[in-house]
Amino acid sequence: MRREVWVAVSTVKVDRSRVRPYGDTIDDGWIQMSFTLPVSCGPEATRAAQLLCEKMGLDDVRVVYSHDIAGSFTFFVIYGRCVHSVDLTTIEVPKVNMKHMTFDEINDFIKTRIGRKIVVVAACTGTDAHTVGIDAIINMKGYAGEYGLERYPWFEAYNLGSQVPNEALVAKAIEVGADAILVSQVVTQRNIHIDNLTHLAELVEAEGLRDRVLLIVGGPRISHELAVELGYDAGFGPGTVPSHVGAFIAQELARRMGTWTPSEGPRSEGT
Amino acid sequence: MIATRINVDTSLVERARRAARQIADGIEPEIAANTTTTIERTVLRLLGLNGVDEAGVPLPNVIVERAQAAGLLGDGIAYWIGSAMVHEGQSAAAIAHRIARGELELERIHAADESAVREAVETEASRMCAYIKGRRLERERLIEELDTAEPPYIYVIVATGNIYEDVTQATAAAKCGADIIAVIRSTAQSLLDYVPYGPTTEGYGGTYATQANFRIMREALDEVSRECGRYIRLVNYCSGLCMPEIAAIGAMERLDMMLNDAMYGILFRDINMRRTFIDQRFSRMINAYAGVVINTGEDNYLTTADAYEHAHTVLASQFINEELALRSGLRPGQIGLGHAFQMNPDMQDGFLYELAQAEMARAIFPHAPLKYMPPTKHMTGNIFKGHLMDAMFNLAGVISGQTIQLVGVLTEHIHTPFLQDRYLAIENARYVMNNARHLGHEISYRPGGKMAQRANEVLTKAVAMLEQVAEIGLMSAISQGMFAGVKRDPHGGRGLDGVVRKRDGYYNPFPDLFMKELSSPGFAPKLWRAAACPASGGAFDPEAEAGVAARMASGPGALTL
Repeated sequence: MRREVWVAVSTVKVDRSRVRPYGDTIDDGWIQMSFTLPVSCGPEATRAAQLLCEKMGLDDVRVVYSHDIAGSFTFFVIYGRCVHSVDLTTIEVPKVNMKHMTFDEINDFIKTRIGRKIVVVAACTGTDAHTVGIDAIINMKGYAGEYGLERYPWFEAYNLGSQVPNEALVAKAIEVGADAILVSQVVTQRNIHIDNLTHLAELVEAEGLRDRVLLIVGGPRISHELAVELGYDAGFGPGTVPSHVGAFIAQELARRMGTWTPSEGPRSEGT
Repeated sequence: MIATRINVDTSLVERARRAARQIADGIEPEIAANTTTTIERTVLRLLGLNGVDEAGVPLPNVIVERAQAAGLLGDGIAYWIGSAMVHEGQSAAAIAHRIARGELELERIHAADESAVREAVETEASRMCAYIKGRRLERERLIEELDTAEPPYIYVIVATGNIYEDVTQATAAAKCGADIIAVIRSTAQSLLDYVPYGPTTEGYGGTYATQANFRIMREALDEVSRECGRYIRLVNYCSGLCMPEIAAIGAMERLDMMLNDAMYGILFRDINMRRTFIDQRFSRMINAYAGVVINTGEDNYLTTADAYEHAHTVLASQFINEELALRSGLRPGQIGLGHAFQMNPDMQDGFLYELAQAEMARAIFPHAPLKYMPPTKHMTGNIFKGHLMDAMFNLAGVISGQTIQLVGVLTEHIHTPFLQDRYLAIENARYVMNNARHLGHEISYRPGGKMAQRANEVLTKAVAMLEQVAEIGLMSAISQGMFAGVKRDPHGGRGLDGVVRKRDGYYNPFPDLFMKELSSPGFAPKLWRAAACPASGGAFDPEAEAGVAARMASGPGALTL
C-alpha cells in the first residue's frame, strides 16, 4: 500500500512553468503560516486574519488556531491554498562561481596552481560582537566536522575577532599582504550591516587594494546577490562550511593568475 | 546534608573550592592596590552626581577625566570632593556639579584634614546607602506581597532598541507568564567607557542601559506586577567597561538581577583583565548590598567551543565566579551561576549528558539560583525542531530544579524575538514545567550509570583545570587561552588606561559602608518567596549563610577593595 502511494507521487509530472505549493496533492497550493494582529482576540479578529490572507492570495482560508496574547494581540495559525504560481524556467539566481573541493584537494590545488600560501585576513567588523560565523570558517576547529582555514597548510589565516574597525581590518590586510579579506556580519538590525559593508568596500577601494584582494562577506542574512551588489567578490550565507570559502578563494585567485580555468575542473594533475 | 539525585564526589568539590580560593588570592593584591576610572565615576554617582554637559558627556566622566589628567585620582575622587565640601560648606552633589561646570577647579582644591573629609563625605554616602537599602526593602515587601511564581522562573529577553517599545514587549511577555524580563543592551555598549544618559529610542540589537531607561522599565513592570499579581523581575547587564556604574544605577532603580561575570569582559569583549578584576569587586559589592541576584556568563564558553568536550570549563569558571562573588559580600543565594544546554542534538544520549550536568551543577551549588541557558548554537532556522529542542531544555530545567530558566525561542538564529515567538516560548516552558513539575522528586540516577559517570568526569576535569590555574595564576591562565580558547594579554585589551594605582590615604567611603552590613551574619536579603532552589529545600539556609559571613569577616583579603 505504502509503496503504491510512493510510486504515485514520484511519477507526478510537475509543470515547471507553473509551480505552486504542495500539500498532499499536486497543485493543491496548501501553505501554512502564523502571524499576530495587534487586536484583541475574538470573531472580528479571526475574520480580519482571514480577509488579510485572502488579500495575500490565499483561497479556502482556514484559521485553525487563534489565541490571545496579553489582552491586546491575537496569534493565528492559518492554512490556505495559494492561488499564485511561479515560472521556475525563468529564474536565475547568482551563485558563487566555484567547484566543490575537499580539504586535501584545496591544499593540493593551491600548491600546484598558486605555488605559495594564500594569505587571508578575517574579522567581524563594526559594532558586531558575534564571532560565531568567522570562527567557524577560520578557526582551527572549524565547523560541522570541517576544519577551519587555519588548519589548511596552504592558507595563512588571521582572525582578528569581533568589533574590529574596518580600518583595522584593511590595515592588517596591507600589513600581511592579504590575498583575501573576509568579513562576517551577524547583526543586521536596521540594516546596519549594509552601511558597514559599504564602508569597508569603499575603504578597500580608497586604499587601492580592490584589484589585489578578494573581498568576501559571510553571515546568516548574506546572499551572493547582495554581496555582488555591494561590490564584493562573493557572499556566503547559512550552511557555508570552510571548504566552500577555501575553494572559492583558491579557484578565483588561480583564475586571475591565469593558472586555471573553471573548465578544467577542480582537480590538479596527478590526483 | 542535602539530598541530591545525582552523587558527585564531595572530596573533588572540596578540592575545586580550595583551588578557587587560591586563584582568587592570586588576584587579590591587584584588586586591593588599584582603583579605576569607572569606580571613581561610580563614587560620584553614589554621591548624587548625574546628568551630562553641553556636549552630552556624562558629568561623572567630565570630572574623573580631569582628575586623572591632574594626577589626583589615586587619592580617590571622594577625597577631593570631600576637601571641597569642608572648605566650601556645600553638599557633595553641589560641589561635583560646580566642578563639572568648570566653576570650581579640581587642581585648586586644598587638601583638607582627612578626618574632616571622611566625616563630611560619610554623612552623604550613608544617605545613599540608606536609599539603596530602602529600595532593597521595597523589593522585599513586593516579594512578600506578590511573588507567587515557582522556580524555574521564566526569563525572557526584550531587545527592540526603543525603551518604549521594550515596555510593550515586556508587558505582553509578563502577561503571557514571564517572571523575569531582561532588556538586552545595544550591541557594544560594553565597550563604551561611559553610561549613556536619558531615555533612548535608538539602539542596535538592544536598548542602551541608562538610568532613565531602567526607571521607565521598572515602573512599567511594577504596574504589570500588580495587574498580574506576580512580582516581575528586571534584569540588565553589569558588564563591560562600566560594571560598577551600572551596578550603582541599577541599585538606585531597583533592578533585581544583573549579568555580572568576573571574566566575561576579558574573554569575550577584550577588556583588560586587571581593569575587569578591579571593577568586578566593587560592582559586586553594590549588587550584594542592593539585594541583586547576579547571573554569571559561563554559557558563553559553549557558544563556540563544543558543549560536550568543554563542559568542565563551565564548571571551573563557576567555582571561580562563586569564590570572587563571595569575597564581594554576595550571599550564595545571590550568585546565579550560569550554564547551558548546548550539545549537538544529533548526539546519541545527549539529553542524558545535559541532564547529568544540570543535576551536577544543582548538587555542587545547592544554594545558587542557577541560571540555565537554552540551545542557541544548534538552532538552525527550522523553527519546528527548535521548538522541540527548547522543550527538551525546559524538561531538563524542571527535573534538575534550575532556578532561572532563560527560555529558548523557536526563532533563535533568525531574528530578535517577535511578540508571538516569546508567547510560544513561554507557553512551551509553562506546559513542560507544569506537566513534569514534580518529576525530579520521583527519580534518582543509577549509581555508576552513564549520568553519574558523566557528572564525575566533568567534575574531575574541572578540578584538574582549576588546580592548574591555581598553580600558574589566573592571569597567566587567561593569557595562555585556558578559558574559552581565548588568549588575552594582561597588558592588552580595552580599559587599561583607566586603571589607577591607589596612593596612601586613598579614600572611597562606600566599600566600608557596604561591607559593614554585608559581613554581618544578619544580612540576608529576601530574594524569592518560594524555595528558589528545590534541591536545598529553601531559599535561605541559615547555616550556610552564617558560615559565609564568618568567612568574610575573617578570611584573608576578603574585605579588601
